[in-house]
Amino acid sequence: MNRFAFTLGLYRDYLANYLKTKLSYRADFWIEVLSDLLFNGLNLVFIFIVFMHTPSLGGWSEAEVVFVYGYFMLASGLFSTFFSAWNFSERYIVKGEMDRVLTRPAHSLVQVMLENMDPPALFGGLVGLAILISSWTTLGLPFHWYDPLALIVMVLGSCFIYMGIYTAMAAISFYSDAPTGIGPLIYNIQNYGRYPVEIYNKTIKFLLTWLLPFAFVGVYPASFFLGRLEEWWMPWLTPVVGLVFLTIGISFWNYGVKRYRGAGS
Amino acid sequence: MMSMYLDFVRIRFLMMLAYRVNYYSGIVIYAINIGAYYFLWKAIFGEAETLQGFTVIQMSTYVAVSWMARAFYFNNLDREISNEIVDGSVAIQIIRPYSYLLVKMMQGFGEGLFRLLLFMIPGMVVVSFIFPLELPTDPVQWIVFFVMIWFSFLINTQLNLLTGLGAFFFENNQGIMSMKRIMVDLLSGVVVPIAFFPGWAISIMNWLPFQAITYLPGSVFTGRIQGTDVWNALLVQVAWTVVLIVPIMLVWRAARRRLFVQGG
Repeated sequence: MNRFAFTLGLYRDYLANYLKTKLSYRADFWIEVLSDLLFNGLNLVFIFIVFMHTPSLGGWSEAEVVFVYGYFMLASGLFSTFFSAWNFSERYIVKGEMDRVLTRPAHSLVQVMLENMDPPALFGGLVGLAILISSWTTLGLPFHWYDPLALIVMVLGSCFIYMGIYTAMAAISFYSDAPTGIGPLIYNIQNYGRYPVEIYNKTIKFLLTWLLPFAFVGVYPASFFLGRLEEWWMPWLTPVVGLVFLTIGISFWNYGVKRYRGAGS
Repeated sequence: MMSMYLDFVRIRFLMMLAYRVNYYSGIVIYAINIGAYYFLWKAIFGEAETLQGFTVIQMSTYVAVSWMARAFYFNNLDREISNEIVDGSVAIQIIRPYSYLLVKMMQGFGEGLFRLLLFMIPGMVVVSFIFPLELPTDPVQWIVFFVMIWFSFLINTQLNLLTGLGAFFFENNQGIMSMKRIMVDLLSGVVVPIAFFPGWAISIMNWLPFQAITYLPGSVFTGRIQGTDVWNALLVQVAWTVVLIVPIMLVWRAARRRLFVQGG
């Protein structure tokens, strides 16, 4: 518990530091927010244009697909706020920053996450939440008292899945010196999760459900609120899969740190 | 004089060749993206035979060829120029006895040549094995297509020069660059073919240079534009290539007057 409070305190301090640096370059902050939103806007425009020509996408209506996209934006926005170690290999391994991180008391992964915080991404998450709520009313979905709680559990599970996968991706650089280029590859597969899995073939559906479970950051948890799934337990696997992948990711990281021998400089 | 510029093409090509491994995963990434849109469009079509005059197979071909054309014409000249302006090294380049913009263009050619030979063509081969595509049988169609993506490259690179030079006027050019990138992807027809947009949007887009980057060559490749219309499409591209020289020259003239480099 003490350790947890310590980590939380670190988060507060790092965030304060981040805000101080960003407040002197306010324009940069808003430009980052803007380009983030533009990118999501592009995908939404795609959805709107497509539904001018078809009433449904694999049996899903426009409002439902938008709902799923809103959920995706919420979860991935929240995730990117706290984790964006895209250039981990370059910054920490090649330049030897990892050695500095390891001499400090806090857990190495926490430190890396702290140093790469990206609060502008939070706005994407907020817009996602707004989209979620607005399509909730468009669809006339019933509202239960436990829905906000369920949403929190689902979103946390989704974030854990991302964290597990991308932690493992970053940890690869402990094992291999050469840039593998696998990170951007996974990132592009992630985009498959934004749409109903029914539209893909069996292999891809299996991949998105069990191997790289990006469908749990979108369709499956969202279908709990949409009340449309033959298997009622599928959405509830989100937190379970999240915990499993997070555990795998962190163990892979910890083992990698143990193996890590320094930059040699 | 010309041989000097050709050397810039050669050097950039060799530089890209040294980092070619990075682009092998690029082929896989583009295949993944094409796959995403392939399945999406298949679901969008559902039972329908044609949408906006596209058959399913024409659509998959369009998606594949427009992404692969993007693999060729895409470059980061805007960021390169922007960085050189921000860090001041543009000043040294301006006093050298060459045209800065032409050199950038030549470096773009070098990268384009590399992307064509080691990214787009092998990518096209890979993709045509994975997805059911309908490749043109008429050799003239192929030739016209390759001429057209050459102009796509020119227009896209001109837009990159223009946005890159924005760094002379704005302290932070990042927003404009990402806005341009999203506009090119959306309005050029990579994400959605222009025929799918609502009517009012199409009539605006017909007057913008973006459609000339992807939509026109893609339409020729899939056989949606045929006969004399092909030459009209090509003419639109040539016209935009010429017209875009004007704003670039104006911005460049204004920019050189503004330039001051701190510390030198």
